[in-house]
Amino acid sequence: MPGKLKAKIVAGRHLPVMDRASDLTDAFVEVKFGNTTFKTDVCPKSLNPQWNSEWFKFEVDDEDLQDEPLQITVLDHDTYSANDAIGKVYIDIDPLLYSEAASVISGWFPIYDTIHGIRGEINVIVKVELFNDLNRFRQSSCGVKFFCTTCIPQCYRATLVHGFVEELVVNEDPEYQWIDRIRTPRASNEARQRLISLMSGELQRKIGLKVLEMGGNAVVGYLQCFDLEGESGLVVRAIGTACTLDKLSSGSAPNTNTHMSPLAHGCRSTHNSPVHSVCSSQRLSQNFSVSVPTLIFTGMGSGGSAGKEAGPLRTLLRQQTQTALEQREFPFFTLTSFPPGFLLHVGGVVSARSVKLLDRIHNPDEPETRDAWWEEIRQEIKSHARALGCHAVVGYSESTSICEEVCILSASGTAAILNPRYMREGCLDIGCTDHRFEEPSPPNCGFCHIPYDELNMPFPAQLTYCYHCRRQKVPDVLFTTIDLPSEAAVAGKGCLIQARLCRLKKKAQGEANATAISNLLPFMEYELHTQLMNKLKLRSMNALFGLHIQISVGENMLLGLASATGVYLTALPAPGGIQIAGKTPGDLSSEHISSIQKRINDTIAVNKELYQINPPELAEEGVGSPIPEPRHRSRLFRSHSESSDELSELDLSHGKKDAFVLEIDDTDAVEDIHSLLIDAPPPTGFYSCNTENMPGISNWTSGVQMFTSVRVLRLSNANLTNQGLNKIFTDLCENLLKSFYFKLRSMIPCCLCHLNFTVAVPEEELIQVTVTAVAMTYDKEQTQEKTAEKPINKGQSLWSLEAEEQLQFPLELCADSSSSNIQTASKISGIINSASVDYGSFADRCSTWLELLRLKAHTIRRGSVKTSRRTQSLRSHIRAHTPPCISVTVVKMTPLSFLPGTRIIKYLGIINMFFIRETTSLREEGGVSGFLHSFIAEVFAMVRAHVAALGGNAVVSYSMKECVFMENPNKNQAQCLINVSGDAVICISETDQESSASTANTGQTGGSETDGAT
Amino acid sequence: MSVELDVFVGNTTIMDEEVYQLWLDGYTVNDAVKVRMEGGVMDECEASKDVLLSDTMDQYRTFQMCERLLHSPAKLANQLLFQIPPHRQIMLIERYYAFDDTFVREVLGKKLSKGTKKDLDDISAKTSVTLKSCRRQFDNFKRVFKVVEELKGPLVENIRQHFLLSDKLARDYAAIVFFANNRFETGKRKLQYLSFQDFAFCAGQLISNWTVGAVDNMVEDMDEHAFQTLPSLRGKTKVFIEMEGSFKNLSRGLINIAAKLTNTKDVRDFFIDLVEKFIEPCRSDRWSAADMKLYLTHYTNSAHILDTFKHQVVWDRYMGVVKSCIFKMYHD
Repeated sequence: MPGKLKAKIVAGRHLPVMDRASDLTDAFVEVKFGNTTFKTDVCPKSLNPQWNSEWFKFEVDDEDLQDEPLQITVLDHDTYSANDAIGKVYIDIDPLLYSEAASVISGWFPIYDTIHGIRGEINVIVKVELFNDLNRFRQSSCGVKFFCTTCIPQCYRATLVHGFVEELVVNEDPEYQWIDRIRTPRASNEARQRLISLMSGELQRKIGLKVLEMGGNAVVGYLQCFDLEGESGLVVRAIGTACTLDKLSSGSAPNTNTHMSPLAHGCRSTHNSPVHSVCSSQRLSQNFSVSVPTLIFTGMGSGGSAGKEAGPLRTLLRQQTQTALEQREFPFFTLTSFPPGFLLHVGGVVSARSVKLLDRIHNPDEPETRDAWWEEIRQEIKSHARALGCHAVVGYSESTSICEEVCILSASGTAAILNPRYMREGCLDIGCTDHRFEEPSPPNCGFCHIPYDELNMPFPAQLTYCYHCRRQKVPDVLFTTIDLPSEAAVAGKGCLIQARLCRLKKKAQGEANATAISNLLPFMEYELHTQLMNKLKLRSMNALFGLHIQISVGENMLLGLASATGVYLTALPAPGGIQIAGKTPGDLSSEHISSIQKRINDTIAVNKELYQINPPELAEEGVGSPIPEPRHRSRLFRSHSESSDELSELDLSHGKKDAFVLEIDDTDAVEDIHSLLIDAPPPTGFYSCNTENMPGISNWTSGVQMFTSVRVLRLSNANLTNQGLNKIFTDLCENLLKSFYFKLRSMIPCCLCHLNFTVAVPEEELIQVTVTAVAMTYDKEQTQEKTAEKPINKGQSLWSLEAEEQLQFPLELCADSSSSNIQTASKISGIINSASVDYGSFADRCSTWLELLRLKAHTIRRGSVKTSRRTQSLRSHIRAHTPPCISVTVVKMTPLSFLPGTRIIKYLGIINMFFIRETTSLREEGGVSGFLHSFIAEVFAMVRAHVAALGGNAVVSYSMKECVFMENPNKNQAQCLINVSGDAVICISETDQESSASTANTGQTGGSETDGAT
Repeated sequence: MSVELDVFVGNTTIMDEEVYQLWLDGYTVNDAVKVRMEGGVMDECEASKDVLLSDTMDQYRTFQMCERLLHSPAKLANQLLFQIPPHRQIMLIERYYAFDDTFVREVLGKKLSKGTKKDLDDISAKTSVTLKSCRRQFDNFKRVFKVVEELKGPLVENIRQHFLLSDKLARDYAAIVFFANNRFETGKRKLQYLSFQDFAFCAGQLISNWTVGAVDNMVEDMDEHAFQTLPSLRGKTKVFIEMEGSFKNLSRGLINIAAKLTNTKDVRDFFIDLVEKFIEPCRSDRWSAADMKLYLTHYTNSAHILDTFKHQVVWDRYMGVVKSCIFKMYHD
């Protein structure tokens, strides 16, 4: 009997009136865990009942503790008829299962009903007593900590990073079972909520088991998703990075020495497995399956150019690591930011997409098909990374888009080489620091250097010597899915860059549909990429971070949305301009062309000003360091004479041109250029990015406003063209941004961080865009001072600051293998890396692979960030401004991993909640907007209540994974499903640092006291 | 192509005070957008009309959802649905319970019944306060009335505690409740010149001085008292002549009013009596406010000189209130 769960029902308040006659309610509560149910007494005739129940005790296996939620149902007692349900509370008790987190859950929870929403609140206390269980064959994984955060959590130190963990569980969707025809919508929704809660619990437990198997104690960057496959079932899947984390004694200032010392590790990385042809899996035979040809941004080579990897050292490395690896293991990391020095080189974005036909899952206990699908895609990602000369994929994520029976699976990440020193077993305290500085690649530019051999590059890329160190080669453009490394040297500010695209497709069924979709995918990827590249150049920037490309499928169209944060890396060459050219050099409309050219040049100039991009060119020229290949092209956009020259190469691969040439040969092209120029820059005082840290801004002040916005557009116009659709879609996104700026104008100067756009095509003529982001205020004055400094200095100072704060990070890749080889590998790879796209071989592959196409893409990952030092104390803020009458704890929420001006002293556990809301009186609830507005507000309220009950005061790494909205206005009905997740934390103000040791301790012992929210 | 759904929800509830006021004033979304456009918000942040419309809709929805909570303001502080900073909560409540003086002047002293509510459209037309706003204000009066009706203890304090209102607003509500409860006549033509603030002041006086304990009959001995007052006034005012002439009437008027206070039905006419029996005669004699003050002060004090007058305390209570009411009411 490994655990005893105790629950006490204290009181209720604000209950709804259930008895019209008396305007009162006779409420009682049922408390259920597993198959055991307890009831409280009926508290007659009160809307604010005081039950003060005894402790209800459940004796359960810890396996159940992990899987099951505690279910609390509030009912109205009725003598003559069935008792009416008022609503429910599901409490996930997982946070109570590991010692460092919360010790008690206590507080007011909103009572939630899937039809009526929140109906009053209930005060509950929950405790768990765990007995030690030394059973080696146990099925539970109590004690493994989960973090949504995609960096090493603030108050921990990673002693070991074990690597990728994944799991998925499937079940039938209750909404599609026969019984659903005879039960009420409420019963159906509750069955679904309960099932999903169970499945997430089970999934987490299974992942925990894998982590324990690997010897870890935590999962960082935990990403859980639902696939609502309709008829064919419900899939819950999760990926994460297994780590061994040590809790830092909270008060101690991290010091750099400790930081360096404890690195021990081997790399589990995997150069071994030969690319196996993906489609051969027999398991898939009954499924239609298509994948799209490989496309790698920023570096390419999946074509299997053996030469590239042929170095003898590399071979050696491979042989050695091979043994250490099992086939199923992948050198993937869901983390997006890393301790300084961890990331050696970044190759570029690798991604894969595959189109599948869904089929009923026959045996839920053995979800082989789904596993095989993902396995296939991961293999592909792995082989792409290897082709880029990289042994790991960082910032890795997976996603799906489902429409009817077609499903697009996508995975993406950034190919990278990680520091072998961090992977070496039994590392030494001695001299690590020195080693670091002996390294050929300095921290602020090293990651830009290409990881592959320039002589064997499978594609023509524009390589130059690094503008920083002049020793290694760098590409002209770099795309990644990770966050900007804190030590990177940048010029000016970053900004959000989006590419948006709509493609109509014919309605079709089954295989024809899947084929049509997979035929469209490569073109969409290509166009999105072109757009991104153009917009990047238009902003005079040369690198993208946090790249995330979503392709969403609907019945008659595909939507593509790529978001990333553009930045000017001073290590990379200055971007060329954009050259407009007529179809033939002497085109008639040359006047027109030159006017467009002028507009573009003006826009570039304006953007340079706006984002304060003033790379330290003068300084470099003064130094006169040799640039072996004078980059004549970099100024090319001014010179018309060369344009025709450029043109000749255009067809092959215009992705890597310095001066990007746009050919105007038809009206489409004109449209494209116009749409390029449409993107309005944010109004004065605003910046935006989709990454964790905003390049160029770090002096945050305390203003934080997290928000979610949903917009659905109905396309009433029956015969729309692709162009028209693009325009509509672009306007939709742009208008959303404009709305945000307007609404948040009182926060100026401020930055919208972690802007996460999700697109969907819920019905034939609907486009839905969901955005979650956080607006944070910053100190303008300081920024200006800072930016006035030389970027290089800034980079370094930032870096050292980072080191100090995060120094706890010795991460290691994998423990086992011995590593000298890996080190050599890194030497080889230490050459340079490039960013460019190869579309050259694209066409061929497209045709040859038509049946089994495989697409690659990219995805945004969240990254880590350190907090800035200045700000007001969150806690004192709460206390000082809270009048005595306020009993509700203020809970801040942010999609970032930190809250400005505060320090996280304790992680209380993961928040992972799934809600369904349905209405049959849509008009009365204010139409679809009113319905969704109150639902989202309710979801926020429930998240806050759970965090407060855990003793926390903030949610970090918050995200809304799913927001599925369906309506039937004719029937006056609507339904919405929302899935949110995040990490509940206690954070204290950084200005309290002095006392932090003591506060932190009290925080730990006392933080879990009930917040007593009476 | 149309926007089917458009929502924006912040973790901290976002509210614009200007939009809140427009909502309270009963503007429709479209009218509110117009007002905001004229107000020049568009220049900030390069907003377009669509942006304004979307923002206004979001806020209107938020306010509608909050409205239920505002009906019992104590709930606003411990509800979980909206995270609203405390100073904002105070602002929300204070503004929600604020009212238009012109509107309240119309319903002052009327029974807060359904019948009155039906007449709100007339009042709306007359005062040019939107019907929606009239309804909100009327419902507020009624709600406060209902809650306070049954409570013991000081009226103003009860209102302040239950509705978390500022002192000033709580006093105004106390006045409204007091008028509604006693059904004072305020609608007569002769009373039209009086503002709500005049009445509120008088109500404050009445509440604090008269609401506990009965008002005695004080008619006896008044004649003698009158004779005592007159000499003390002589020579102190230039309108003395007129005063002398009207003294008896005025005095009798005041005494009669006092006498009527024992009868609940007649209490309703308190203000009209004051105007008819005292203020109008004085005004026709062109007394200045200073004259009036002087007269009433001496009139009150002279009662103490009368040996036979046994109700000194009651008299002071009565005259104190009447005096301050008349001062307040004696204007054009």
